Amino acid sequence: MININVLKPTSANFQTYLYIGSGLIFISIFDVILRSFFNINFSNSLPGILNFFLPLIIGLVGFQMIRLEYSGNRIVDKINQSVNNNTFNAGLTLLIIFLTLLIIPPASNWMIFEATISGDTKEACVATEGACWTYIKVWFRRFMYGMYPNDFHWRINTAFIFLIGFAFVGYFMRGKLKNYITFYYAILYPIIAFLIINFLISGGSFGLEWVETNAWGGLSLTFIVSFFGLIFCFPLGMILALGRRSELPVIRYISIGYIEFWRGVPLITVLFMSSVMFPMFLPSDAFVDKLIRVIAAIILFEAAYVAEVIRGGLQALPRGQYDAAKSLGMGYWKMQIFVILPQALKLVIPGIANTFLALVKDTPLIFVVGLSEVVGMLQMAKTNPKWLGYAMEGYIFASILFWAICYAMSRYSQYLELKYKTER
Amino acid sequence: MNHKIKSIIPQLLTLLFVVAVIGFFTINAQLNMDERGIDFGYGFLNQESSFDVQFSLIEYDGSHSYAKAYLVGLLNTILVSVLGIIFCTIIGVIIGIARLSPNYLIRNTAAWYVEFFRNVPLLLQIFFWYYAALRALPLPENTEPLFGVTYLTVKGYYIPRLIWENFDILIYSILAAIISIVFIRNYARKLQEEKGQQLPVLLISVGLLLVFPAITFVTGMVQLEVALPVLKQLSKTSFIYAEGLSVPPELLALVLALSLYTATFVAECVRAGVQGVSKGQKEAAASVGLTPNQILKLVIMPQALRIIIPPTTNQYLNLTKNSSLAAAIAYPDLVLVFAGTALMQTGRAIEIVSITMLTYLTLSLAISLLMNWYNKRIAIKEK
Repeated sequence: MININVLKPTSANFQTYLYIGSGLIFISIFDVILRSFFNINFSNSLPGILNFFLPLIIGLVGFQMIRLEYSGNRIVDKINQSVNNNTFNAGLTLLIIFLTLLIIPPASNWMIFEATISGDTKEACVATEGACWTYIKVWFRRFMYGMYPNDFHWRINTAFIFLIGFAFVGYFMRGKLKNYITFYYAILYPIIAFLIINFLISGGSFGLEWVETNAWGGLSLTFIVSFFGLIFCFPLGMILALGRRSELPVIRYISIGYIEFWRGVPLITVLFMSSVMFPMFLPSDAFVDKLIRVIAAIILFEAAYVAEVIRGGLQALPRGQYDAAKSLGMGYWKMQIFVILPQALKLVIPGIANTFLALVKDTPLIFVVGLSEVVGMLQMAKTNPKWLGYAMEGYIFASILFWAICYAMSRYSQYLELKYKTER
Repeated sequence: MNHKIKSIIPQLLTLLFVVAVIGFFTINAQLNMDERGIDFGYGFLNQESSFDVQFSLIEYDGSHSYAKAYLVGLLNTILVSVLGIIFCTIIGVIIGIARLSPNYLIRNTAAWYVEFFRNVPLLLQIFFWYYAALRALPLPENTEPLFGVTYLTVKGYYIPRLIWENFDILIYSILAAIISIVFIRNYARKLQEEKGQQLPVLLISVGLLLVFPAITFVTGMVQLEVALPVLKQLSKTSFIYAEGLSVPPELLALVLALSLYTATFVAECVRAGVQGVSKGQKEAAASVGLTPNQILKLVIMPQALRIIIPPTTNQYLNLTKNSSLAAAIAYPDLVLVFAGTALMQTGRAIEIVSITMLTYLTLSLAISLLMNWYNKRIAIKEK
């Protein structure tokens, strides 16, 4: 008991306790810094376990000494509230600080200080222990464009610039044109996008050389697949959601069957189906490109998920909205388009964003049919005999890439959610 | 009359459309199969498969039938899913609670964990663990033991094998313990309702679960031997650990990736569930005079679980479906064994892909039916 009382400050002697306590915390952190950054260990002479846990014990005693419910010192109060409200939390706080300190030196050494980025061959990396970013540098174009011929990369770049440019057209639609904005995005834009990709990336006319889809790959393929997936699965999902809420039994049961079927099977088997089973279902002289088959499979698959999300929004709307719309004499489609869907879609922005994120994260699965986007290209580069043994760098690069894309998307969805938020 | 026609026409059109699409596909499939001289049928399942599977829970080799190969794949899928579900629940609950911690550092570390692991494609994570992280492990001959008796090597994780004698008696004893626990719980509830007395049900249950199997050991009905992994030289440079149980690196990588990835979603469900219980509930319970433990057990948890369980079951389902990514690192799951190897050998695309899809479909429909039933049972009954 005495032990605990000694460590417990009172408001009278708090100043002394504060100095000693923060001194102890400082010593414990300093000790870990010395151990991890400079490899100096002062408590070497102590027995193993004690030596190992010494900073933790000192730090805990320190935190114990500065813990007072109301000390009068604003900074100390804040620390006590946020990281030091009991012994258990203080211990976790110390553990996290120590772990971070212990991880920083080896990780930064590997990733930055001992890493190489110079040179164009593997030889540049042999000398060092660190990461070999040369590998990423040399393969960068492959990771971005796949096996697409080097001379034609400008075609992909221009195509994407056009796509982005056309996406912003809606921004400049003012006045009367504004009535057609939905029409533009729902129907015109997908057609334009398809034409751009067909003529510019695929080529074959206007003096551009034909590049078959097998050569497409890398991040640009990820973008193409997710882009078409996104713009087509949304309207399909919307129709399915309405179908599932429909009062007409045939339509309802067909929608339910469709949604439950696609939600029940893994995407990888759907892709399998599109590659091995689907050709059997077409007339023997018909040929559908592999990429189109894959994108169609992804659209059909994700539409079921989008439908379920939108259904959630439809169900969340109070009945009064339907009744009010009907009492104004609106028909089914008028009611859905002008009253129900705008409100329902606003409600489910986070859910839709999640589905879209899932779609982007699912694109690497197209390796099943032999198309390789970023992850597929990584697998290819990793097995290249000239560049064996740099798998780690590749995976870290791709993780950061995907993380950035997905993080940006989720941030954007949060922004949209705020923008369209209305008080009810 | 007018109204009736208005509702029949769209239905008829939809039906026609669906029938036309299905009909088109069937006719084409028929024509294509006729052309190639394949006849549709599931008879091939009884033929000899003549391929081997690296890792199997049941006895299997090339002389067994395709049906058995299917079973091997299915069991491997179930193994990965069950292991993944167990680990993702443990990690997810810890992370979910950590996200609600009053401690600033813990809260943010957990948030970063969720942000990171959720936004990286699962396939990439599987590749990372399999090709980068687990490949960096030492060779069997240079491995230091982990926990004294297990060896984590580049060729897999070697753990002691438990050799049971009369294993069924142990199972019976555990079953007996469970049945008696059910009786005791019912009795305790009756006691509580009639006399207001409380029994330490949890302590008794744990005790029973320990005592019953222990009796079987003490009386010598069940015997347990432990076979430790022993280093064995296969050739001049190749070593493995024999005797023990070996967990292949594919399984390790898969379980690691699946559970770390799904844990982020489980964590969010747990957080939402605990946050979903209004503060007033806790205060009301406290003002009635319940102890903090009772508040957690009788007031918070039942309500939080009601929110947590449905989305979490969905995540379990997703994990099961995602386990089909095993094919990417050659773990012999249903997709690899059946939709991969068996399909290559027989060329029966329609039959095999349909069986595979149907299996997953049955699995998820069964679980979602179960979930709906559970949901109905625990839903708040409003008057």
